[in-house]
Amino acid sequence: MSQFHAIVIGAGFTGVAIAHDLALRGFRVTVVERGPIANGTSGRTHGLLHSGARYAVNDQESAIECIQENQILRLIVPDAIEPNGGLFIAVDESDLEYREKFIQGCEECKIPIRELTPKEALRIEPNLNPKLLTAFTVPDGTFDPLRLALAFAATAKSNGAVFHLYTDVVDLLTDGQGNIKGVKVWNRANDKRFEIEGDIVVNATGAWVGQITSMAGIRVPIAPTPGVMVAYDKRLTQRAINRLNKPGDGDIVLPQRRMMVVGTTSFSIEDPDYVPVLPDHVALMIERGSELIPALRQTKERGAYMATRPLIGSGAPGRSISRTFKAYDHKETDNIEGLVTITGGKATTLRLMAEKTVDLVCKKLGVNVPCTTAETPLISYRKFYVD
Amino acid sequence: MSEEKWTVNFVVYRKKGDGEPHYQTFTLEVSPDEYVIDGVERIWAFHDRSLVFAHACHHSTCGACGMRVNGVEKLTCITRIRDVTKNGGTLRIEPLRNFPVISDLVVDMSRLYVGMDKVHAPAVHPLSLAPLEGEGIKPPRDVPMDGGKEYLRLADCIECGLCISACPVAGTAEEYLGPAVLAAAQLQGLKRAPDLAEVVDCVDGVWRCHSAYECTAVCPSNVDPGWRIMDLRRQVLAQRIKRWFGGA
Ligand SMILES: Cc1cc2nc3c(=O)[nH]c(=O)nc-3n(C[C@H](O)[C@H](O)[C@H](O)COP(=O)(O)OP(=O)(O)OC[C@H]3O[C@@H](n4cnc5c(N)ncnc54)[C@H](O)[C@@H]3O)c2cc1C
Ligand code: SF4
Ligand code: FES
Repeated sequence: MSQFHAIVIGAGFTGVAIAHDLALRGFRVTVVERGPIANGTSGRTHGLLHSGARYAVNDQESAIECIQENQILRLIVPDAIEPNGGLFIAVDESDLEYREKFIQGCEECKIPIRELTPKEALRIEPNLNPKLLTAFTVPDGTFDPLRLALAFAATAKSNGAVFHLYTDVVDLLTDGQGNIKGVKVWNRANDKRFEIEGDIVVNATGAWVGQITSMAGIRVPIAPTPGVMVAYDKRLTQRAINRLNKPGDGDIVLPQRRMMVVGTTSFSIEDPDYVPVLPDHVALMIERGSELIPALRQTKERGAYMATRPLIGSGAPGRSISRTFKAYDHKETDNIEGLVTITGGKATTLRLMAEKTVDLVCKKLGVNVPCTTAETPLISYRKFYVD
Repeated sequence: MSEEKWTVNFVVYRKKGDGEPHYQTFTLEVSPDEYVIDGVERIWAFHDRSLVFAHACHHSTCGACGMRVNGVEKLTCITRIRDVTKNGGTLRIEPLRNFPVISDLVVDMSRLYVGMDKVHAPAVHPLSLAPLEGEGIKPPRDVPMDGGKEYLRLADCIECGLCISACPVAGTAEEYLGPAVLAAAQLQGLKRAPDLAEVVDCVDGVWRCHSAYECTAVCPSNVDPGWRIMDLRRQVLAQRIKRWFGGA
């Protein structure tokens, strides 16, 4: 077992999964998060445990990762997942033209689907658009965003990881040659400032990774790209409902407890710290969502919110350990030792992102311990608060 | 959402470490159709980076954003500013009661989680255990279930702590299990989970409740804990009677 000390910045899905993996592989782990767990993009997702079918035509690498991780998460963290299944439905001719490609893509990615007649689909989901032309079942699910993150954090904590919440990383510590040897932090709960030294700093701040790397004078080509989601006050389906077409705006309608959540959109901004929920995007959600489930029009809005993806610029330098997310070893890209940045991916693939990132960290430090997170059930999310 | 703009004074409870608590006023221009959490987040983003507050999902599924808004427990992410103040009005934002304050608007809710663990409250359970009266969809009857198994649901209770904050008894009796925990026991039922009787049939269990129903008034997530506590009492009594008449 290694006794290296790893500092993880950010406790969104990426950060908590990395903390868990590092702790299992014997690292001493400290997590620094400026808010509570999952206050950034991670808390504010739809909550769709992707089957991968959404990506089966255009992005098969993502699709395969999703279906594999979907199956793993159901086993290791059943507490945070409602295995309610999903449907892809066609409501117009253009959707129907996508049908062949969809069937072929899902087969290539080994995503189990089954076609239903419109009558069958309406029998199991009576609130679907009665004009639907065809439907496919897929193994989607709904996850509870906070409890998914908490389960990873709780397990990391039980294996020794230390969490500093409400604590901002305000600067990076360097060795005089520009190499990173720790972080300077500000605990806002008690207004204390202090330093933490470590052997490696993992920057898992999602849409904010650029703010951290700029503390080391490094620019990363990440564009914060938010999207809006709207929750409606009634549960209208058992399953996650997706539009049978290439991914677009407002084409996912997800049941979440007693609600339906419609999302999402995409626009660019400069600063991800505060993003307004744009009224015209909210209007678009009801427009698009009701094409799949007309009864949404008669349902009251319960909440409207946004989350910010870190979109990776094209031609971004740095080694791509996967095309679907990006990890930079800043030794390779900028000749700065001690700092790794990870960004991109999906909630559904959090475990895999962590595995790849910790593999990279282990290789850098010469640690030879395999990843075991796929076989390790997580403990109850409540244990994060209660020892 | 309209183009309408309101000016609202957010009077926010502040506390750091061992320092004295005080209130600080931030005057914000808001849309009345925004939610209270949007205003709080903007205070942090544009006025005072030292503000500490909790939130995650912004759509009432995580239970993190509970606060007292003008003296009433609210999930701030689904509380429209229009519904709790007026143009030129005030929003007094305070942390939940009956939990220790960590800082500013954040409290330590471990009391709730310990209780939920004590009654083994399931976070995901069969659809038939979800109280569907009045609201929501029914399980499809004529369709084979998931490989012969029942559909599962994320539990209604989001463990937000609003009920404990609103409960007049929880403030004086620190050991009281509290509404959410007793509701979680009722939902499982003493028939299905007889071991729970031991946990809830005691002074700090069902008998502590004074039937104020404040919990039901503030619960944002269809749990109706007040009614469930009364029902759990009936279950406890039924079980006692069964025991007296020669049961195990
Ligand atoms: C609109 C939208 C909908 C989505 N829906 C889904 C979905 O349904 N299913 C799915 O699988 N995926 C979905 N995703 C993708 C998924 O949400 C993201 O991939 C994931 O949440 C990213 O997590 P993260 O940990 O990298 O980032 P974040 O969750 O943003 O975590 C970064 C953390 O870093 C912290 N931080 C920032 N700066 C500092 C600092 N200086 N010091 C300390 N901490 C700091 C932040 O507070 C934050 O908590 C969606 C994404 C978007 C944008
Ligand atoms: S019973 Fe209602 S108010 Fe109490 S914690 Fe659960 S959801 Fe919140
Ligand atoms: S932020 Fe999740 S319930 Fe309000």
